[in-house]
Amino acid sequence: MGLVFISSHTASNSASIDITSGIDGTYNEYQFYIVNVHPATNNVNFTFQVNADGQSGFNETITSTTFRHYLKEDGNGGTVAYDTGSDQGLGTAYQRILNTGTGNENDESSSGTLILFDPASTTYVKHFSATGNGYDHGDWTVHMKTGGYIGTTSAIDEISFKFDSGNIDSGTIYMYGVG
Amino acid sequence: MALTLIKTLTASSSATLEFVDGASDVVFDNTYSAYEFHYVSMHPATASEFLFQVNATDDAGGDYDTSLITNTFYRAELAESGSSGNVSYSAGNDQAQSADYCKLIQSVDNEAYDSCSGILTLFNPSSTTFIKCFKARTNATHHSAEYTMDAFCQGYINDTTAIDEISFKFTSGNIDAGTIKMFGVS
Repeated sequence: MGLVFISSHTASNSASIDITSGIDGTYNEYQFYIVNVHPATNNVNFTFQVNADGQSGFNETITSTTFRHYLKEDGNGGTVAYDTGSDQGLGTAYQRILNTGTGNENDESSSGTLILFDPASTTYVKHFSATGNGYDHGDWTVHMKTGGYIGTTSAIDEISFKFDSGNIDSGTIYMYGVG
Repeated sequence: MALTLIKTLTASSSATLEFVDGASDVVFDNTYSAYEFHYVSMHPATASEFLFQVNATDDAGGDYDTSLITNTFYRAELAESGSSGNVSYSAGNDQAQSADYCKLIQSVDNEAYDSCSGILTLFNPSSTTFIKCFKARTNATHHSAEYTMDAFCQGYINDTTAIDEISFKFTSGNIDAGTIKMFGVS
């Protein structure tokens, strides 16, 4: 075994991509490869949330950190900095990952990976880490690292991805188990 | 990229978890030029740092105290209250030419629901020409004030002898529970 493909999910002007099967105790680590998610709306943020087994709604409590490296295409503004606008302390909002301010011009999108550890655990909170890169609407490259935990000891069995405004015009998410 | 599972070790009040070439079906040699160690829900008996060290082939069965490690360490953190969000270099967690165990993350809390999880990648451990580079990213609930910490540890093992043994432990006390999977990368 190793990286085991479970399913793929392709957006077509979709409000969200919700994966509601295949996350269970089979693996203690799941990886999501998020490829070229393109927003219908300009200057929006790609996000995820989860739902605990037997609960309703994607609204679990998340504590997270985020920091970004970015550079404008004209060569200016290169820096690395913590992003207080994208973290949350015991928040229930969808969590920003991959990039901020993704543009919706034809060649703009975001891509990256999200790792979710031990979602079926009924003992521990669930750690996650995400790394992504995107094309900011102002013609910046933005690299974003997000890490944290979902503060529930209930099993997590559903995950949802969406932009924080407007639809996912296109893009594909591949889900793998690691075992 | 493909991952090939080599060995799974599960802690149960264990002082260490060790992958040793030639023992317990572990093959840790030149079969792969990179190895990944995925540690999941590592729960300490005592709140402390999660660590690793290696033995080179000229110190087989040794005490994981001769290979010199030089590494950097930085981390992002945020309290559950939403305060103190920052990313910074942590001079207290790096090491320079030290044979100590290397810190993968600081102060993992030991409350019932706390643990740490992450991935350590070790490049070309069987090389007898080059030093061995590594990188790791680990997430944990941070001891003392309910922080989340996203830690990045990377550096090299300053040894041109092949590496074929690796050990994981907490700074203080046993690994109460947790699983580490060793993969070859191809």
